[in-house]
Amino acid sequence: MNMQAPVIARRSPGPQGERIITLAALAVGGQGGGVLTNWIIDVAEANGYHAQATSVAGVAQRTGATVYYVEMCRDTGRTPVFALSPSEGDVDIMIASELMEAGRAVMRGFVTPGRTTLIASTHRIAAVSEKIAPGDGRADGAKVLEAMGIAADHVVAFDMETLATKAGSVISASLFGALAGSGALPFPRDSYEDIIRKSGKGVEASLRAFGLAFDVAKGDAEAPKVEAVKPPARTLTVPDALRADWAALEARLAALPESARDMAGLGLKKVADYQDLAYGRQYLDMVERAAARDPALAEPAAKYAANALCYDDILRVADLKTRAARLSRVRAEARVKEGQVLHVTEYFHPRFEEFTTTLPARLGAWLQRSKRAEAFYARHLDKGRRIRTDSIGGFGLLWIVGALRPWRRSLLRHRSEMAHVNAWFDAALAQPDPALAAEVLANRRLIKGYSDTHARGLSKFDRVMSALPMLQGRPDAADWMRRLRTAALADEKGTALDGALKTVASFA
Amino acid sequence: MAERSFKKEVEQLRMGAGGTFRGEGILAVTKALLENGVGYVGGYQGSPISHLMDVFSDAQDLLGEYGVHFENSASEATAAAMLAASVNYPIRGAVAFKSTVGTNVASDALANLASGGVTGGALVILGEDYGEGSSIMQERSHAFAMKSQMWLLDPRPNLTSIVAAVGHGFRLSEASNTPVMMQMRVKSCHVHGHFTAADNQRPQMTVSEALENPKRDLGRIVLPPAVFVHEAEKVEKRWPNAVRYVLENNVNEFFGNDASKIGLIVQGGTYNGVIRALNRLGLADIYGDTDIHILCLNAVYPLCDGQILDFCDGKDAVLVVEEGQPNFIEQAIGHRLYQAGRKTVLMGKGPLPMAGEYTGQKLVDGIAAFLRDHAPNMLLPAKSKANEPEQTEIPNLAEVLPGRPPGFCTGCPERPIFAATKLVQQELGEHHIASDIGCHLFSIMPPFDIGSTTMGYGLGPASASALQNRDKDGKRSISFVGDGGFWHNGLTSSIGNASFNKHDGVIVIVDNHYAAATGGQDVLSSRAKNKSRKTNNPISDAVRGMGVKWVRQIDRTYDVTKMRDTLKEALTSKEEGPKVIVASSECMLNRQRREKPLLAKATKDGKRTVKPRFGVDEDICTGDHACMRLSGCPSLSVKDTGDPLRDDPVAHIDQTCVGCGNCGEVADAAVLCPSFWQAEVVSNPTPAETRRASRAARIMGWLQARRDAKRLTFA
Repeated sequence: MNMQAPVIARRSPGPQGERIITLAALAVGGQGGGVLTNWIIDVAEANGYHAQATSVAGVAQRTGATVYYVEMCRDTGRTPVFALSPSEGDVDIMIASELMEAGRAVMRGFVTPGRTTLIASTHRIAAVSEKIAPGDGRADGAKVLEAMGIAADHVVAFDMETLATKAGSVISASLFGALAGSGALPFPRDSYEDIIRKSGKGVEASLRAFGLAFDVAKGDAEAPKVEAVKPPARTLTVPDALRADWAALEARLAALPESARDMAGLGLKKVADYQDLAYGRQYLDMVERAAARDPALAEPAAKYAANALCYDDILRVADLKTRAARLSRVRAEARVKEGQVLHVTEYFHPRFEEFTTTLPARLGAWLQRSKRAEAFYARHLDKGRRIRTDSIGGFGLLWIVGALRPWRRSLLRHRSEMAHVNAWFDAALAQPDPALAAEVLANRRLIKGYSDTHARGLSKFDRVMSALPMLQGRPDAADWMRRLRTAALADEKGTALDGALKTVASFA
Repeated sequence: MAERSFKKEVEQLRMGAGGTFRGEGILAVTKALLENGVGYVGGYQGSPISHLMDVFSDAQDLLGEYGVHFENSASEATAAAMLAASVNYPIRGAVAFKSTVGTNVASDALANLASGGVTGGALVILGEDYGEGSSIMQERSHAFAMKSQMWLLDPRPNLTSIVAAVGHGFRLSEASNTPVMMQMRVKSCHVHGHFTAADNQRPQMTVSEALENPKRDLGRIVLPPAVFVHEAEKVEKRWPNAVRYVLENNVNEFFGNDASKIGLIVQGGTYNGVIRALNRLGLADIYGDTDIHILCLNAVYPLCDGQILDFCDGKDAVLVVEEGQPNFIEQAIGHRLYQAGRKTVLMGKGPLPMAGEYTGQKLVDGIAAFLRDHAPNMLLPAKSKANEPEQTEIPNLAEVLPGRPPGFCTGCPERPIFAATKLVQQELGEHHIASDIGCHLFSIMPPFDIGSTTMGYGLGPASASALQNRDKDGKRSISFVGDGGFWHNGLTSSIGNASFNKHDGVIVIVDNHYAAATGGQDVLSSRAKNKSRKTNNPISDAVRGMGVKWVRQIDRTYDVTKMRDTLKEALTSKEEGPKVIVASSECMLNRQRREKPLLAKATKDGKRTVKPRFGVDEDICTGDHACMRLSGCPSLSVKDTGDPLRDDPVAHIDQTCVGCGNCGEVADAAVLCPSFWQAEVVSNPTPAETRRASRAARIMGWLQARRDAKRLTFA
C-alpha cells in the first residue's frame, strides 16, 4: 500500500449543493502546464464558477516535475475557502502530461478509487536516470498503466503528445480537449473552445488538437494506436552480376530451423551489405554450425554473429555516412524544405588506435609498437575532425575511406576482431548446456561503441565471461549468466556487475 | 531581460477604487504598495518572490509617475539597508526577498534597522520558501522576527487578506517605530485570485524631497549608549504600541462559534488548509462556517497575550496549528497559560507533525487526532476511527518510477562546463568540488554527479577556502560560482578572500549573462542593453581588480575541448594564487526567447538565415549512451530502433534541439562515437550557394551510384 491508512475524509458540499471541484496537473517543466492552468481557470470563470489556481514555480520548472493546482466552485454569492495544494485522497481530476508523471500522481495518493478522474498522456519523456544506463534503463510503463486502472475512478489515457503533434499544436491543447471530453467538469464544449479562441496564439492548431483529444476522451473516436516501432524502411538492391550468388545464399536460409529464419535473413543482408557476399557465406557457416549443435541456438547465433561480424570501424562509418539513403534521412529529420540548402557536419576523432588498426595488419602492428609514432600522432594528428559531407571535399574524403572496403580483411582491426569473434563463438558452442550457450552468445551485446566505450565493453564482456568456469554444470547457470549481463548493462563503471560477480563467487 | 514579462499585467496597477483586480499574489502586493503610498521599493529576486521583482521592474515607468524610487538591490543585505531611508524620514519603504536565505544575508542590516527603529513604515516582504517546491534549507523566518524584534505578519492566503496585510504592515510599523516583515508562502505568491482595488496614493514624502531636507538624530544611530536605550525602548514602548495596533485594528481574526469548548489558534497562512481539513471532517462548510472557535493570527509576532488568554478562556483544549519548527508560537502560548494558571489543554506539535509542510492530509490527520482525544463527540463515527483499512490495494510504484529532479535546460551553456569537468576528473582523478547556488547546482544530479557542498549564494569558492593543499603539486579544490552569486557576494567573500589568502584553488565563474535560476534578471555583467541599469561590466575585470593574476575568459562554453584543457591547465599551473576561469555563454532560455522571433522575421523577410540542429545516425549509434552520460539534455533521449538484430535503444535528438553544439563537442572531446551530425538549414541561400549545393549533390549522386552498382546494398 502507498500510504499509512489515512483518515477517510471527504469534502462536504455547500448549502445549495454547490461543491468544490479539485483539479491537479502534474507536468514536466516546459510542457505548458501554466497555459493549461490558465485555460482551466478561464473556462471555469466563464461558466460562472469561482476559481483559484496555484503552482509551484522556481527551480522545479527547469525540466523537473511541476505541480499545478486548481479549485473551483459554482458561484452562489459567497467566496469559498479554497485550499492551495492538492491533498492525498482529495483530488477529483488529475491531469498528468506524461506516463511516469501519472504514475507519480498515483504514488503520491492523488488518484483515489471512487473519486478521481485521471486524464493522462501515455507518451514517455525519459528521465535522465533512464537515459544514462549503458543498456536499456527505461522504466516499465505497463506497471504504471495497471496501477492507474486500479487507483482511478475513471481513466482517460492515450498518447496526447502524438495527437497534438499531428494537429501541429502542443500537448496543453490536447490535455485541455481530453479534460473537456472526459465530462469531469460540468461545462459545455463551446465554452472551452471560446477560451482557446480568446488566447489568440496558434488558435487553429490548438482547436484541432483540442477536438481530436475531445473525441477520443468522449469515446467518439479511437485512441491513436500504439504501434510497435518499425525499423527504418530498407531496400535490398542486388546488382545483376551478384544475383546468382545471392540466390544461393538465400537458399541456405530455408534449411535453417524455422525459429531462426527471419533473424538470419536480416543478419545475412546486414553482413553482405557491410562487406560482401563472401562475408555472407562466412556468416551462414556460423549460423549453420550453431543450428547443428542445437536448433535452439540458431536464432541467438543469427542475431549476435551478425552484430559481431559487422564491427564498427572507420570504413563502416565512412560508408554509412556517404550513402544516398542516409542523406535523405538527414534531410527529412532536419526538415529541409524546397529552396533551402543543407550543411552537414560530421564529428570524427580518430585516435592512434583507430589509425593503426585501419592499416594493413603487419604495418599497423609495427606502428602500434612504436612509441615515437604514437607520440608524433598525439602531437600532430590526435584531434577532432569536423567533416562537411555536403561539400565535395569532405564527402570525397569519406568516400575514399569507404572505398577501402574490399581490403578490409587485410587490416589489423579485422585480424583482432576475427580472433575475438572466433574465441567467443567457440566458447559458446562448447557449452554442453544449450541454455548457457545461448546466454554466452547473447553476451556479445556487451561489446559496443567506439574507442574508450568499446574498450570498456570488451572489459565488461571479459568480466562476465570470467564467471563461465564457475557456472558450468550448475542447473541455473544460464540464468546467472543472464543476470551478470543485465548487471553489466546497468551502469557505466560496472559497480552492479562487481556485486553480481561477488555473489557468483560466493556460491561457486 | 527577465524570463517572464509582466508588461501586460502591470497595466492593471493603474486601476482605481472599486475595480476588480485579477492576478497572482505578488501582483496584488505590488498594487497594495501603490495604494499605500510607498516611497521606495527594492529587493533581490529568488523563488518564490522573483516575479515580484520582475513586476516592479516592468512597472518602473508607472512607479516613476508616482515618484516612487525602485532599484534592483545588489543583494538582500543591500535591500534591507535601503530601508534606512525610513529611519529619519516619514517615507514608506518596502523590500522583498526570498526567505530564510535572503533574511540570513539581510540580517546585519535588519538588526541595525530594528535597533534604531523607524519613522516611516518599513515593510519587508518575505517569500517563505518552505515545503514542496522549496529549493533551500527548511527553516523559519519567525526566528529573525524574534531575535531582532521585528513584527511578522502571516496573512490568510487570499488576495484581499494579502492586500490588507500590506496596509497593516505600514501602519503597524509607523505605530510602533518597528520594521515589519510580511511572509508569503510559496503558493500564496503564485495564487491566482481577485480583490477590490483602491486608488493609488503618492508617497507622503518622496526620496528626492528627503535629500533636499536632510535630517539626523543621534539617538537613532546604532552605537552606545543609544543601543541600550533602543533595547529598553523595544520592550517598553514599541512592543506595547504594536500590540495595541494589532488589537485595535483587528489584525487577527476570529471565526466560528466562541462558545465552543474547543479552539484552534492558526497562523494566517495555514487558515485555508485548516478550513479544508475541517470541511473534510464534516466540521465546516466550504465557506469556512464552523462550530469550532478559531483564532487566526495574521500577526504571528508579537502575540497579544490578552487576546490569547481571552480566547482560551472557557475552552477545554486548544490546538495550535504552527507550520515549521521550532514551535515558537506554541511555546509562547503555553508559557502564558502556565503563568496565568490556566487549565486549558494546549496541543500543537504532537497531534501535528513536528517538521514538514502542513499538507492537506497532515492537517486532516492532526486535527482528527486532536479531536479524538479532546472532543470525540464532534467527529462523525466513521471519521473517529483511525486506521480504517484502504479498500483497494494500489500497487506500489516507488520502484518503477524514475525520479525527475530539475536539470539543465535544452542547450544550456552550463552543461558543457560540467561535461568538461567530468572529463578532467576521468583523467586527473576525483577532486574536491565546491558548488554554489544557481542553475549550475544541477551539476550535483546525474549525469554529472559533481559537487560536494553548497554553502550559500556566492560562497562556493569561499566554502573551499579551508581546503588548501600543503603539497603545491598535489590536488587542488575546484569551486563554482555563478554570475548571480558572483555579484551578490562572491566578488569579495570568495574571489577577494582567495586572492588575499593566496588560495591555490581553481574557481570557475559560470557566467550565463543573467541571474538565470531566479528568472533571468540582469546583473552587472549582463551583455544586454538595459535602459535603466548599468550593464556590460566584465567579470574578468572585476576579478583582476581583486588582484587575481591567473584569469582565463572562455567566451564559448560549448567548446568542451578548450574548457577541459583550460581546467587541466588551472589544476596544474605553477602560478601562485587562485586560478579563475570565467566560462561565459548566454543562458539558452533567454537567448532563444530573444533570437527566435528575430530569426523567424528575418527568414520571412527573405534574408539569409541559418538554423542549426543536431541528429544521430542510428546505424552508427551502438546504444551505449555514453553521450547522455555527458549531457542529460532534454532533447537528447533514447528510442527503439525496431530492428530485431538490436537489443538496446539508440540515441535520438528530437525537434526541440536548438543546435547548441554540446553533442558534437562532447563526442569530439571525449572521443565518443561519430554518430552525431550537425545540420545547418540555410533559408534564403545566395544563388551561388544554391548552385554550389546542387553541383555537389550531382557529383555525390554519381559517386554513390557508381559504388552501389557493384555491390549488394540493404539501406
